Amino acid sequence: MEILLEGVLALIAEPGRIAMIAIGCVLMYLGIKKEYEPTLLVPMGLGTILVNIPFTGVLETGGQPGPFQVLFDMGIETELFPLLLFIGIGAMIDFGPLLSNPFLLLFGAAAQFGIFFVIIVASLLGFDINDAASAGIIAAADGPTSIFVANSLGSKYMGAIMVAAYSYMALVPIIQPIAVKAVTTKKERAIHMSYNPRAVSKTAKILFPVTICIIAGLVAPASLPLVGFLMFGNLLRECGVLDNLSNSAQNELVNLISILLGLCVSVKMEYHDFLQIDTLIIMGLGLLGFVMDSVGGVMFAKLLNLFRKEKINPMVGAAGISAFPMSSRVIQKLATEEDPQNFILMQAAGANVAGQIASVVAGGLVLGLLL
Amino acid sequence: MTENLMLALQILGLGWGGIFLVMFIIYLVSLGLARIFPPEQAGE
Repeated sequence: MEILLEGVLALIAEPGRIAMIAIGCVLMYLGIKKEYEPTLLVPMGLGTILVNIPFTGVLETGGQPGPFQVLFDMGIETELFPLLLFIGIGAMIDFGPLLSNPFLLLFGAAAQFGIFFVIIVASLLGFDINDAASAGIIAAADGPTSIFVANSLGSKYMGAIMVAAYSYMALVPIIQPIAVKAVTTKKERAIHMSYNPRAVSKTAKILFPVTICIIAGLVAPASLPLVGFLMFGNLLRECGVLDNLSNSAQNELVNLISILLGLCVSVKMEYHDFLQIDTLIIMGLGLLGFVMDSVGGVMFAKLLNLFRKEKINPMVGAAGISAFPMSSRVIQKLATEEDPQNFILMQAAGANVAGQIASVVAGGLVLGLLL
Repeated sequence: MTENLMLALQILGLGWGGIFLVMFIIYLVSLGLARIFPPEQAGE
């Protein structure tokens, strides 16, 4: 009888485990009921429950690493899972809107401001610089980059960073309108932009990912693992002779890695690691970073407007984050709210795609500066 | 903390500046690709 009750007694003795099981349930609720990033929050939610039930053997069994720990060591410690995920993401991205209007690339750079703002704030709060940078990279709005950077920097807040990165990404439709409205006027949000895209040749589309790899490798070599895998996926998409591989990368590969990634990240969701004040602060900093990304993008667009005859709708700047296509849709919705005839989706989508490149470059640069 | 703050400010300058630099180079390359390989020339 005592053996049967051993687990229950251990659970009651450590209420933190019960709290984490509740958090796991909340993550699954957000994924299933609210459809916030379900591919990651559902496995992560169940994983959180499993790693916090005592004596289960998912983390350690018979003195040997358990299945979750093995997956974590193989997929996250080696940084393989986030990189493989990038192949699929690259295969999903159409750089067409960006290539037809490359000026939008600069908004991708501007909207990474939140990363650096948070690094400064976290440093002021007394965090070690590696943990501060790991918290900052949540604002890349790019889950795989956050995992890659936090793991490379050996951050002890991996669980909190993952939860923040993915949950805030799902909350972009709530976070961005508040941030954008705070720093723009009604008149600015109603600015119309003409859209005159240049046609882009297939050759240019094929050469683009190859060229980006070379540039990133030469200017920011630490970003090459991220950029290289992302651009490899895009090359599969654009080359025209590997459609099967492109489809597999977009579907099977992404799905498989998402399952494994969500489960094994929960290794860092044990109650003694997660239930700390620092975890809450890290999550707060991540939220601040998302807000400051939008502010940085908007302010950059406003700065450009000082010198331009044809004004840019400053909200396009806020679309320069990596959360694609959610951010560009949010910006279009905001534009329509002010003027139903205002159509800035294509410009916002271009900035949004630029944000995907900029976020991986940002991750690589931060690593390059700290390692 | 002061040391960390200085490092954070350095990351702001070099990191954010670095992103602008990389994106600007990519911008120039995109313009170059569009000019060297226009759709008409590629027959598309």
